[in-house]
Amino acid sequence: MAIVETRNLTKVFKEGELGAVNNVNLVTEEGEFLVFLGPSGSGKTTLLRMIAGLETPTSGEILIGGRVVNQLSPRARRIAMVFQSYALYPHLTVYKNIAFPLKAQNVPKDQHRKKVEWAAGLLGIDKLLDRKPRELSGGERQRVALARAIVREPAVFLLDEPLSNLDAKLRASAREELERFHQSVGTTTIYVTHDQIEAMAMGDRIVVMNFGEVRQIGSAAEVYDDPADTFVATFLGSPPMNLVEQGDVIVGFRPEHFFPVTQLAGRAAVPEEIRVTDREGPFVSLRFRISHQEYLGAERLVYGTLEGGRSDGKKVVSRLSASHVAKYEMGSVHAFAVSEKHLKFFDRETQKRTQPRHDPWQ
Amino acid sequence: MFAPSVLYIALLIGVPFILAVLYAFSDARIGSTGFHYVGLENFRSILHSPSFRKALRNSIVFTLCAQAIVIVCSNILSIALEKPFRGRGFIRFLILLPWVAPVSLGTIGWKWILDSIYSVITWVLVALHLYKPYSAPMWLGEPHLAMASVILVHCWRLIPFSTVIMLAGRSAIPREIPEAAAIDGAGFWRTLFQINIPMMTPILSVAVLFGIIFTFTDMTVVYILTAGGPFDSTQTLPSLAFATGIAGSDLAAGAAISLFLVPVLVAVAYLMLRIAHRTEVT
Repeated sequence: MAIVETRNLTKVFKEGELGAVNNVNLVTEEGEFLVFLGPSGSGKTTLLRMIAGLETPTSGEILIGGRVVNQLSPRARRIAMVFQSYALYPHLTVYKNIAFPLKAQNVPKDQHRKKVEWAAGLLGIDKLLDRKPRELSGGERQRVALARAIVREPAVFLLDEPLSNLDAKLRASAREELERFHQSVGTTTIYVTHDQIEAMAMGDRIVVMNFGEVRQIGSAAEVYDDPADTFVATFLGSPPMNLVEQGDVIVGFRPEHFFPVTQLAGRAAVPEEIRVTDREGPFVSLRFRISHQEYLGAERLVYGTLEGGRSDGKKVVSRLSASHVAKYEMGSVHAFAVSEKHLKFFDRETQKRTQPRHDPWQ
Repeated sequence: MFAPSVLYIALLIGVPFILAVLYAFSDARIGSTGFHYVGLENFRSILHSPSFRKALRNSIVFTLCAQAIVIVCSNILSIALEKPFRGRGFIRFLILLPWVAPVSLGTIGWKWILDSIYSVITWVLVALHLYKPYSAPMWLGEPHLAMASVILVHCWRLIPFSTVIMLAGRSAIPREIPEAAAIDGAGFWRTLFQINIPMMTPILSVAVLFGIIFTFTDMTVVYILTAGGPFDSTQTLPSLAFATGIAGSDLAAGAAISLFLVPVLVAVAYLMLRIAHRTEVT
């Protein structure tokens, strides 16, 4: 096990162009499951490939286990990587695929079978050892790739979108399996994904990236509830956080925190005043003109615009649980509310989080 | 739809082939209209002729050596030319030139380069004081040197073709696979011999088999450079067939010699079709 650290790590592919990775500083914890999350082109894969040694950094340092590894070849870094395409050797059987790292690192031959069987057993593929990769399903291939990665007990695991080639149903079970696998081996793992659900479900911490920069590092709850800027706020969550410009600030609130006033405890009537208070603390009430709804089974998404005040015409979304059965006519106006403690404020210039304001709606 | 190509094959390949078979069992000669069936007489006589046996051995040496050199060199070239660098396009173009140029013209150029009096190579060696002007090697005049020269010129001609095939084969390997091998701890040689080359096997065998056919049937290089000499030391089956049948006017013996090529070529063609079929299936 080892800690991976990057210091001012930068990668510029073409001179004069914007870097694919810019000045990234991060430190993993021992045995941590760290997720790089970002849209495509955010530099997360490039960052991972630099840590793996497949890409040479333009500047900055990479440390694995406290040692600068910039000059080391991938084989000397004691890492293992699972590729998005799995990169199994198509001409070798599963057994030989898993044994390849042992052979390449000159592990004595008499230990091969024991180690391969241990890795295959851990992933439940001991029955497939004589097959060729083309005879395996997507999920089985992914397990072979994982087995090949753990067989020589690396210091760090690097996983590059290993689930994105699986179908949705398989992905959920593979995710769970990966989590269990990480718990049992406890190796420091870096996982790259563009899927926020994967990131939030598996990551001990999430590194949110965009345009080659780290926007925020934190636990799933931190990046979701306390986004550092408007990018993080809108990249996480589906539908994303509602952002409403109010003078020099942008006010954000999650769709699930925006619901009809009638749901507030002890309030049946529609209040006309701006502020209501209930057990949850002060609320802000807003007039919401509904344009359309999407029924998604467990929940309902209600789309519309705000009415009146300075935020007139701003598009927002409300996410209501299935237990809320009230019907809404298209085009009708209702009073919706959001708790003040759920309001996030961002600077309009820098898009970064700022101090909460009172009365932003006046 | 197939009619034109069938006609073409029948006229240009079928008719000469049947003629060759007929001649091989006859006593046909240039300048005589007599035509008698003589059975296996021609085959018996060429099998007993030392120059035929020498030509057969030369053909095999020529093909094996040339193919070995071509495969190794084109592999190295394809590795060197795979990664982008400044001027790669231009170098690829230069490497392809020997294939584009007509064989005979290229070979005539080599004939001058290897000439006993005007050889550039000899001139350089003498200028470097490695040889005295009067004891310089006769590239095409000494049996072993002549064979080596013929092989090398033929390699020069085949390497571009083989390189292009290898480049295609290499670029068909997904980039992640050698990367995964690097992370798994494999160095350059292990990746080359245990990952890249095995993955290129189908296309590699196509290159080898084409090369064998081109080499085994080639007579341009031999004919222009040495005409089989000195003392038959570079005579191969096609050049011997030409020398006996056309130049020596013994059509029947020439036809019998060239028929010896058929079994080899049939075997190679069969292998080629099988490999092409196997790569299609997987």
